Amino acid sequence: MWWYLLKRLALSVVIILLAVAALFLMLHSIPGDPVSIALGPRATPEVQAAYAAKMHLDKPLYYQFLIFAGNVLQGDLGSDVFSNRSVALTLSEQLPYTIALAVAALGWAALVGIPLGCLSAIRPNSWLDRITGIISVGTIAVPSFLVSIWAILLFSITLRWLPVIGAGEEGDILSQLRHLILPAFAVGLGWVGYLARMVRASMLEVMGENYIRSARAFGLRPRTIVFRYALKVAILPTITLIGVGFGGLLSGTVFAEIIFSRPGVGKIIYDMVLARNFPVVQGAVLVTIALYVVVTLIADLMVSWLDPRVRESL
Amino acid sequence: MNPSDIPAPAPDPVRTGAAERAYSVRREKLILFLRNPQGMLGLFLVIMFFASAIFAPVFATHDPLTMDIPNRLSGPTADHWAGTDQLGRDTYTRVLYGGRVALEVAAIGVSVSLVIGLVLGMVAGFGPTWLDNLLLLIFDAIRSFPTVILALAAVALLGPSLKLVLAIVIVTSIPSYARLARTSTLALKRTEFILAERSLGASTPRILARHIMPNVIGPLLILSAMDVPVVVTIEAGLSFLGLGVQPPTASWGTVLNEGYLIIRDTPWMVIAGGIPLVLTTLGFTFLGEALRDIFDPKLRKGR
Repeated sequence: MWWYLLKRLALSVVIILLAVAALFLMLHSIPGDPVSIALGPRATPEVQAAYAAKMHLDKPLYYQFLIFAGNVLQGDLGSDVFSNRSVALTLSEQLPYTIALAVAALGWAALVGIPLGCLSAIRPNSWLDRITGIISVGTIAVPSFLVSIWAILLFSITLRWLPVIGAGEEGDILSQLRHLILPAFAVGLGWVGYLARMVRASMLEVMGENYIRSARAFGLRPRTIVFRYALKVAILPTITLIGVGFGGLLSGTVFAEIIFSRPGVGKIIYDMVLARNFPVVQGAVLVTIALYVVVTLIADLMVSWLDPRVRESL
Repeated sequence: MNPSDIPAPAPDPVRTGAAERAYSVRREKLILFLRNPQGMLGLFLVIMFFASAIFAPVFATHDPLTMDIPNRLSGPTADHWAGTDQLGRDTYTRVLYGGRVALEVAAIGVSVSLVIGLVLGMVAGFGPTWLDNLLLLIFDAIRSFPTVILALAAVALLGPSLKLVLAIVIVTSIPSYARLARTSTLALKRTEFILAERSLGASTPRILARHIMPNVIGPLLILSAMDVPVVVTIEAGLSFLGLGVQPPTASWGTVLNEGYLIIRDTPWMVIAGGIPLVLTTLGFTFLGEALRDIFDPKLRKGR
């Protein structure tokens, strides 16, 4: 177990380091000389040289990279080009909104999708199973940004039930929840289908195992067998799927944040790309990667903790 | 003409034994596919997608760029079947032409990433272990990364364009092809006919191209059918955000974007821009799944 943990942690660190290096190189490939941009065209060569020395711009590339990586590891992501505000501070304000949206979306999808998958696995090819199959493919087929737009059209503009713009009044939980409903619905809808199909497939596989046959021989009800005994094992591939699919979930939150004008990491990346405010873009992308790496790490560790066979194989 | 006048097909002398059996299995599968309602619906939608995109100028009722200001923001009428946008351009025509962008991105994106993924996957499966591990790490890193954020970072550096959308589509699709090709190659690597081939002195490129590839490519082609919706969605999504196809070119994404800006005035643009996207996605998904279930049931596991 410890060996596995160590290997898995090393992989996460490598991915983050690769991402930092890629971002650094991308930033360096932007055309333009940072010194003349910062000081303007009328600065004398002496002033320019002094500025370059102060910002370590006269040092070789690998030295600059080490400084950059060191700053990132210390939590210093640089500062906003326009407001000179700390990027780390801005992001720490935005991150909770994104996490709340991702958790709400995944949460409602799991609450609906996992039971649906179980119910359709109890009786394969029954009418319930067929309907679930159609719903799954249907929800996967509609891209989340289209769900957002159509949900706004139906629930906000035609029926006037729910608000469209923003994340709600600060401090007013009820208003914030009302603003969370539509984005979470849109981001999570596709996941209902994914989860239902995944749970159904692995449940059908588990149902063929010996211990399920024993349970059946003892005369337990199919529902009890599925929900109490089989689900524990059948849920494992689903956890892995959530870990792997978290990147897709983040893509969904980016669209939802932009369409609903919600604050969040995705919205800030989009706005800052349009404003060409690179330090903020870079910091936000890094934070997203870190978030992603942490989530996959947790998912993998959970699976290996629940299923001893996995940790043997790695 | 009497049915009995038609001569019965003479038995083909070449097709005997194993070839005959393989032929009948293939025929049986084809019949199975033709009887699959889901697969047939998918095939119909896919043909509609190709036909509407290729023959867009034939089906179109207007020019996609001509403005009809007096009739701007109209709902469906006898003249404008799906209404008009804020400049009075015909939405039905623009959606038809938008299908061409989707088809272009899907065709180029899927075929290029299929070829690169196939080669990289075979190299990973056949090559030394360190190369395999390195490629796997890169595939996993790319596959798991949020596509939109990758696209946003790339657009920040290079500016929006259709070429960039294509590049993003290709980079993000390669890993799934490569992983599939790698798994099949690994399984084939130790089989006897490959060992025999090697003992006859065949070079590695020859083994890969002549003996591994034909055995690996089938599942990849099925995967490519299921990959089209992903690719089309990426294009529409990026164009919707203004990061892909630039106005005034019509794409499903730009129609949706323009429709979203005027959603309080007319709902028809976001409805008309979205329906073909859903139909295309459904069509390719149905078709891909029917093909997979019939021709390669093993693929189903783990997806």
